[in-house]
Amino acid sequence: MKRYVATRVVTMFGVLMITLLITISLVGSNMDVILKQGIVFQVRAEITENPAIADSFSSVEEFEEFVQNQINQRNKILGLDEPWYSPQRIGFTMYKILLLDFGHATFLTSDSGSSDVKDIIFEKLPRTILLFTTATIIISVIGIFLGALSASKIGSVVDRITSSFAIISSSFPVWWIGMLMIFVFSFTYQIFPARATPDIASSDPGYIASLLYHMALPLITIVMIGFGSWAYLVRNFMVGIMQEDFIMAKKTIGVNQKKIIYSHALKNAAPPIVTILALSLSGSLGGAIITEAVFDWPGMGRLYFEAITVMDLPVIIGATYILTVFFLVAIFIADLLYGYFDPRVRTGT
Amino acid sequence: MSSISPQEIKQEFLKSKMGIAGVVILGTLILISIIAIVVIPVETFQEWNNPGNWISYPKVAIPIWVNFFNIEKIPEHKILENPNIQTNSNGEVSLTSHKFGMNFNYDDFPNDFIYLFSSEYTGSPLLEMSVIRPDGVKLELISMSLPHSNINTIHSERIFSTDEAIKKNLSLQSDNFSFNLDGLSSEDIVFSKTQTNEPLKGNYIFSIDTYSVESETKMVESKLIIGGKAFGIMGTDELRRDLAVGLLWGTPLALFIGLVVSIASVVAGLLYGVYAGFKGKKTDETMMRFNDVIYALPALPFLIILSVTISNSIFVMVGFLMIFGWVGIAKVARSMSLQIKTRGYVEAANMMGQKDSKIVLKHILPQLLPYAFASIAISVPAAITTEAGLSFLGLGDPSFPTWGQILHDANTYGAASRGLWWWIMPPGVMIAITGLAFVFIGNALDAIVNPKLKR
Repeated sequence: MKRYVATRVVTMFGVLMITLLITISLVGSNMDVILKQGIVFQVRAEITENPAIADSFSSVEEFEEFVQNQINQRNKILGLDEPWYSPQRIGFTMYKILLLDFGHATFLTSDSGSSDVKDIIFEKLPRTILLFTTATIIISVIGIFLGALSASKIGSVVDRITSSFAIISSSFPVWWIGMLMIFVFSFTYQIFPARATPDIASSDPGYIASLLYHMALPLITIVMIGFGSWAYLVRNFMVGIMQEDFIMAKKTIGVNQKKIIYSHALKNAAPPIVTILALSLSGSLGGAIITEAVFDWPGMGRLYFEAITVMDLPVIIGATYILTVFFLVAIFIADLLYGYFDPRVRTGT
Repeated sequence: MSSISPQEIKQEFLKSKMGIAGVVILGTLILISIIAIVVIPVETFQEWNNPGNWISYPKVAIPIWVNFFNIEKIPEHKILENPNIQTNSNGEVSLTSHKFGMNFNYDDFPNDFIYLFSSEYTGSPLLEMSVIRPDGVKLELISMSLPHSNINTIHSERIFSTDEAIKKNLSLQSDNFSFNLDGLSSEDIVFSKTQTNEPLKGNYIFSIDTYSVESETKMVESKLIIGGKAFGIMGTDELRRDLAVGLLWGTPLALFIGLVVSIASVVAGLLYGVYAGFKGKKTDETMMRFNDVIYALPALPFLIILSVTISNSIFVMVGFLMIFGWVGIAKVARSMSLQIKTRGYVEAANMMGQKDSKIVLKHILPQLLPYAFASIAISVPAAITTEAGLSFLGLGDPSFPTWGQILHDANTYGAASRGLWWWIMPPGVMIAITGLAFVFIGNALDAIVNPKLKR
C-alpha cells in the first residue's frame, strides 16, 4: 500500500510539472513580448515626465543610446535578456509558481482591486465551488438514486425513461440549453435574472438571498443536463454487478430485492461511482468555462475566459496550475478510494 | 469479450430500433451535406463573413413559414429581379421601362424598398419611378437625371425609400390620402389604404422609366427589393446573412470534424493501448505514465490556449482535439489486449516466431474492432460539442460558418434577450441531432459488444 501511494504521488507531481512546463512554453514567448513592451513604455513615460533628463543630452543619438541602455538594464534585472526557454528562467518561474507566487496580472483585477493573481483566483474560486460543486452533488444524488432504481427494474418504464433521457440530454451542449433557459425564463417569462452576477454589494445583508436567486437558473440548467448521464452510468455499473454470482446466490436464498440492490449491489458499484464523483467534482471547477460565460457567473471559468481574451498570461498560468492541482488531487483521492473499496487494485492482481 | 462475427453484429444491429434510428438520422445528415455542397456554391459560404455579399437581404428576418401559423401575415422580404422590360423608341427620345409586379398580401407595412440598378448610357438620361397601386392610384415616387457623361459609361446606384426626394414627392400627392402624412415613412404611405393608415393588400406595379435622348439606355442590372420582416426557410441574422446557408454548410463541417477527430483518436488510442498491453513490462509502464500525463491535462483550458497561441484554423483544431481524444480509449484497449494476449492462439503465434507487429495487427486488433466502432460512434458527439463550444467562445475558425460560430454571433448580438429564437434554436438542435445520431449508433453497437448491459 505504501509503495502504491508513493508511486502515485511521484507520478502526480511529475504530471503537474509537465503541465506547467507545457503551459509556460505555450504562452512564454508571448509573455516576453508583452513584458518587454511594458518596459519600453515605462522608460519612455519616465523620461517624458522628467524633461531634465532629455535636456541633459546634446545629440539625439546620445539620448537614444541612454534610453536603450535603460531598457536593457531593466530587461536584465527581470532576466528578460535571456530567452524564455532558457533553463534558469523556466526553472525560476516554475519554482515561483510551485510556491503559489503567480505574480501580478497584466490587465485583470479582483473585485477588491488587487492585481495579485493569487487574490484574483481565490476570490473567484469559492463562487465556482458554490455553483458547480452544489450542482455536481445534486446531480450525483439524483443520478445514483435513479440509476439504482432503474437497474432494479430493467426494462420498466422508469428504466426506459431514464435511459432515453440520459442519451438525449448528453447530446445537448449545456451552454446551448443555458441560452434557451435565459431566453425562456429571463426574457419571455421574466422569472429569473439573465445575468447571474448578483448586483448588490457583498456586505449587504440581502446578498446571500440575491446570490441564491441569481444562482437558480444556471443551477437548474446544469442539473437538468447532468443527472441523466449519471443515472445511466450508475445503472450500467449496477446491471453488471447484478449479474455477478454472489448477487445471484443472494437472490436464490431469498434475500429481499431492495436489500440486495441498496446494500450489496450499490456497495460493489461504489469504486467506479466514487471515481467518477471525484473526477466530476474537480472537473466542475474548471470545465465550466463556457457555461459561466453564458450565464455571466463571476467564477473561475469566466476569469479564465477573460484572461484568454485579453491574453493576461500570469492569470492563465495561475488558473491552469490551480485547476490541474485540483484535478490531480481528485484523481489521487479517487485512486486511493478505489484501492480502499476494491482490494484487488492494491495488490496488483 | 467473446469474438463476434461481422454478420452477427449486422444482424443484431438491425434488430435494434435505436441503431436504425441513428443510421436514418445520419443518412439524412449526409444527404443534407450533399445538398449543401451541390446546391450552395462554395463561394457563397466563403463569403459568409463578407457583409457586401448579404446587403440585399433583410436584417433579423423571421423564417417565412411562421406566416403559415399566423393570422396576421408578416411581410416577406422580396427581391424582384426579373422585370417586365419594354423599350420604346420614338424619334429622338427612347424610353426603357422596367415594370415589377408584386402581390402584397400582408398585414404589416414592409420595412423599406430599394431600387438597385446599373445602367449603361451616354448623355444624361432621366429616370422616373412610379407605382400603380391595387386601388388604381398612381403615385410618382422620384424623378431624377443620371449624372452627365459624354462617353459611354456605366452608372450604378441604389434608390432607397428613405430618399428625401421620394418623401417630398409623396407629400405633394397627399390629397390622395385622407389622413396626415407627416412623420410617416415612404413605405408606410405607398402601401397604405387611402382612408386609414393600414396596409392595402393587392397587386402593386412598380415601374421605372428611363428616358434618354439620341442614344438608348441599357439597364445592365435592375432589382427591386421590398424589405420585409420574414425571409427564407431559416430567417436571417443581424448581419443580414441567410441562416439557411450557414446551417446547411454547418452539416458537412460538423460531420467532418466529428468523424475525423473520433476516427483518428480511436485508431491512435487503439494502436497505442494494444501495443503497450502486448509489450508489457517497462514499455507498458512508460507508455501508461505518458498516457496519465495527457489524461491529467485540463482539456478545455488547453484547447483554448492552443487555439489562441498557435492557430484557430479548423484543421489545426481537429489535430488539437485528437490530442485529448485518444487517452481513454488507449486505457481500455490496453486492458483488453492484456486479456487477449493470454489466449492460446496468441501465445502460439508468439512461439512460432511471428513478428510483434503481425501479431498485434492480425490477432489482437481484429478482436477489438467491434469495440472500436462503438467508441468511434460514441466519441463523435463530444468532438462536435467541443468544437462548437470553442467556436461559441469566439475561438473558432472565422472563415467557416460552423453551428458554434452562428451561436457565438447570436450571443454577441444578444439574440436571447431580443427574442430571436430562429437564430438560437436551429444550430443547437442541429448539434443535438447530429450528436444523437452517433450516440444511437454507438449505444446499439455497445449493447452488442457488451451483451451484459442489454438484458
